[in-house]
Amino acid sequence: MPTKPEPSTAVESDARPTLMDIRDLRVHYELRGSALARLLGGGGATVKAVDGVNLALRRGEVLGLVGESGSGKTTLGRALLGLVPATAGHITYGGQDLAELNQRQLRPMRRRLQMVFQDPHAALNPSMDISTAVAHPLRIHGLVGSRAEGRARAAEAIERVGLVPAEQFLDKLPVELSGGQKQRAVIARAIICGPELLVADEPISMLDMSVRAKILELMLELRADLDLTYVYITHDLATAKFFCDRVAIMYMGRIVEIGPTDEIFADPKHPYTQALLRAVPDPDPERQVPRDLPRGEIADAAAPPHGCSFHPRCPYAFEPCGWEARDLRAMFERRWTELGEEVWERESALVGELDEIEGYQEQVRLKVGDRAPELVSLLDEARAHDPDEPLWRGVESIDSDDGTVTVRFRAGVDPALGPAGNIDVACHLHNPELRPK
Amino acid sequence: MATPNTPLSGGGGPFPQGRGRAGRALRGIARPYRSSHGVGRFMLVTGTVLVVLMVLTAVFAPLLAPFGFAQVSGDDGQRFATHLEPGGDHLFGTTTQGFDVFSRVVWGARTAVTVVLLALMFSLFIGVLLGLLAGFVGRWVDRVLVMIMDALFALPALLLAIVVAFLLSEYVGGGASTAALAITAVYVPQYFRVVRAATVSAKEQTYVEAARAMGAKPVTIMVRYLLTNVIQSVPVIATLNAADAILTLAGLGFLGYGIQPTEAAEWGYDLQRAVADTGAGIWWTGLFPGLAIVLLVMGLTLMGEGLNETMNPAIRVRRLLPVSMPELTSRTSAPDAAGAGTGRERGAAGERPEQETSKDGDAS
Amino acid sequence: MTASVLSVRDLRVWYGTERGPVRAVDGVSFDLRPGETLGLVGESGCGKSTLGRGVLGLLPRGAKLDGEVGYQGRNLVTATPREVQLLRGPDLGLIFQEPLTRLNPLLRVSEHFEETLRTHEPGLSKEQIQHRGIEVLRAMGIPPTRYRAYPHEFSGGMRQRIMIALALVLRPSFVVADEPTTALDVLVEAQIISILGDLRRNFDTALLFITHNLGIVAEACDRVAVMYAGRIVEQGPVTEVFARPQHPYTRELLRSTISLATTGLHYIPGAPPDLVEPPSGCRFHPRCPSAMRVCPERFPEPVVVGPQTVECWLHGPDGLIPADGRDPLVREEITVADEA
Repeated sequence: MPTKPEPSTAVESDARPTLMDIRDLRVHYELRGSALARLLGGGGATVKAVDGVNLALRRGEVLGLVGESGSGKTTLGRALLGLVPATAGHITYGGQDLAELNQRQLRPMRRRLQMVFQDPHAALNPSMDISTAVAHPLRIHGLVGSRAEGRARAAEAIERVGLVPAEQFLDKLPVELSGGQKQRAVIARAIICGPELLVADEPISMLDMSVRAKILELMLELRADLDLTYVYITHDLATAKFFCDRVAIMYMGRIVEIGPTDEIFADPKHPYTQALLRAVPDPDPERQVPRDLPRGEIADAAAPPHGCSFHPRCPYAFEPCGWEARDLRAMFERRWTELGEEVWERESALVGELDEIEGYQEQVRLKVGDRAPELVSLLDEARAHDPDEPLWRGVESIDSDDGTVTVRFRAGVDPALGPAGNIDVACHLHNPELRPK
Repeated sequence: MATPNTPLSGGGGPFPQGRGRAGRALRGIARPYRSSHGVGRFMLVTGTVLVVLMVLTAVFAPLLAPFGFAQVSGDDGQRFATHLEPGGDHLFGTTTQGFDVFSRVVWGARTAVTVVLLALMFSLFIGVLLGLLAGFVGRWVDRVLVMIMDALFALPALLLAIVVAFLLSEYVGGGASTAALAITAVYVPQYFRVVRAATVSAKEQTYVEAARAMGAKPVTIMVRYLLTNVIQSVPVIATLNAADAILTLAGLGFLGYGIQPTEAAEWGYDLQRAVADTGAGIWWTGLFPGLAIVLLVMGLTLMGEGLNETMNPAIRVRRLLPVSMPELTSRTSAPDAAGAGTGRERGAAGERPEQETSKDGDAS
Repeated sequence: MTASVLSVRDLRVWYGTERGPVRAVDGVSFDLRPGETLGLVGESGCGKSTLGRGVLGLLPRGAKLDGEVGYQGRNLVTATPREVQLLRGPDLGLIFQEPLTRLNPLLRVSEHFEETLRTHEPGLSKEQIQHRGIEVLRAMGIPPTRYRAYPHEFSGGMRQRIMIALALVLRPSFVVADEPTTALDVLVEAQIISILGDLRRNFDTALLFITHNLGIVAEACDRVAVMYAGRIVEQGPVTEVFARPQHPYTRELLRSTISLATTGLHYIPGAPPDLVEPPSGCRFHPRCPSAMRVCPERFPEPVVVGPQTVECWLHGPDGLIPADGRDPLVREEITVADEA
């Protein structure tokens, strides 16, 4: 039974040379607004899919990019290969900055930078047989002279990924292969040009349980034999723990925690990582732990939260985390969900339409006329009802003045990645200057 | 090529396991005929038979037709009688001008098939190429091409064909190629639209991104990854368009803008000449060319609809096969029979499922 | 022990294909008690989704159903489609995998509730409907402020909560949940599983939870039924089955699953069988590490082992195994080419 290869082997991981250096990488998308908004010339919102990522990829390592959908892990993986253009930043590889090259200049580099896709069925041209598909990178880069040579090389690669005997697969169409076989063919195509870096985007998540381990095992073998570096993109912490030397946890376009796999899994620093780890379902009934899950869901990428993106869901959020008007609205929604329809009807009449307290303002002004004292006492009551609610740590003051209730929040600070032992984490809880005493 | 061509495993059926590309192409053509059933199969087979008959007529026209298409006198130099009723030497009779109607119909088939084939080839080539380009490149290329195609679409088909035929007749003359080009102009926008739409959706597929990740040039992506996949929607429209093109050709001929009578026999022209005859009770000059048009158009339409039925996943109905379930043998009460019983039942169910009537089950 | 809500006996669902019938579900028996969650696990193509739909009479045309699905003294297999349709909703619910395709984008959430409640409980006033809707949404963690929003205004996880709320607002006694969390993220999945856990305590709804994720079964289910090639090969209480799997397939599947505790890779050789021509005898025998001479020859009997029921010759009954039946089975090596 293959066991986890001692990852950091004898070489201390930091001693490995850097293969690719990513500095302040940003990938932003302009959202096309509604048809009306476009007619009126209003620009759509900007989604910061990758928002300032720094990363040094070391030769021979397996780096995991872990996060939920919308975390930017897939965009980051594609940006590393130049498949999506970088908005800003640098990707230094082989003495060149990939972020500055155009598609034509990138093409020759693609021999060395390859990708394995999530859905092996979609990644293969349905009308191209396996030998042609696997040999195609060779022909694209002019590495083979003839079809026959390509076919021979394809057969070699196909056998290398465990599809033996190759003759049985060479002339088949993708549709005639099982999911695992197709993924092996995709891997064969990725390694045929002798790449240095393989970005694997959820390579096993579409496969059946009994097949997953086989593909992971194959990838580990190939890494050892072909001296590959992997970027393993996944939402599955269990495979990341097994497969990766280092993991980077991503949330809303940023790396919130990065470090050696063993240390992150043994002692996660970021509250988000802690939550993810608690959420992994464990098949061992003896190991079930009581769930203490973060509330809510990942925020709208076009309007990320102020300060730390995770603060609205974080149970440990405190003063500098970036409190804003939306958090007050979310507090009321949670309160009404808990207390029910009657309380909702009574209090929403007082608070007014919640949509009006949407926004980024660090202070909220609620114009309620002569019911201002009532609203202040409602806020006090809400605070008394749930004093552990992190929002209240961020509320600086509640004033009532001339029929307007003003709620002021403490100034938010964007958390930056900083060291906490061997791990780098972007959380104020680990910032010695901001950490609560 | 020193390739070990091992037979493919799996599959089966009446067709021999093809070798490499040729075999696959053959299987591709045979597939609709094998997988179709019911009404779809009837349409497909009937249509194909009609079309094949017409094509054979066209190919062997010199052998089938007793006379030339413009021949008005026999080998002995004697002029044919005009308005001869069908029968005798002239199977379908003769026309006002003394042409042999049967020969005109047979030669007309050759004209129709030639023109439509040429027109299909031209419009396929242009339409698919431009559609791929517009769909793949996008941006201004797409906008300009879509605008041009929409403008062509806006014109009534026959009017467009007449204009093109009129313009071309100055330079190319009144032959088959002019008619083919005129028809091409009508059908290019259709292929363009279908191929462009297919390209736009295929462009988003992972395999296209995979091709980019391999370092493929845009041309390679278009030819090796997009073309082969978007082309699959073309046979159905091509067949249906061919039917339409026959009518357009006949329409052009009828109006006098098509193939000149001196160049080739053409059914539309013959029909136009026959209009005057009907009043005089001369039915055969109109009936036979008309019938030829109907048969060929019907054949192509049936074939196209049949193909559509079997190849278009949106309207293809999954064939419901009867399932026969053997009685479940009580394993606990008669354990010794259980193992053997299961084997026997499987054989029965697998080999002749149709013979056992399926029980009424709740299959809603 | 209370009476079963649902009692399935020898259920078979076969589909006709050109090669012969596909035995998607081939003789399956289980019981569901009130408020109980039964996890139905298996790899793709084992027939678990077909079983879930078959129980509710929601099968595509051409599928053939046989056996017995006992619900309130009736056999749903022989009941008319109309009768089954009337039960669906107030008695039998279904939660799908992809919620967005099941919600009408043009209707507000409130209108979905109005439509559902008016159809099955005519006579409710608008206020009563709103009250019922808001209460069940609250139980799913959706604030009352969102009652009048449109489906597209919700995230994927929220939509799935709405779907569950819509299935539960009629208080059905039995719900099939077909991979309800597969399309969702880890955290949202965990949230929904914990909500489902609360619900089955509060609503007394029996749940058939179809999933391929053994971790979820361990978290969310009371009992588990492991499916392989159209058969339930093992069923029993989750803790027992996972701690002491009695069927080799269950054991191998558990070992193949990569969890946070995984230190070594393990997998089952070979691929799941073709359901048109399943292997003779025990369907797992070609891949089974413990296969014996008897396995390909005879269909294994359901055997009660402790709290579990297992279909495996390893557990007898000895009386039915021929003299040399326990000798190890000699098989051809499974090549990688045959593997998935």
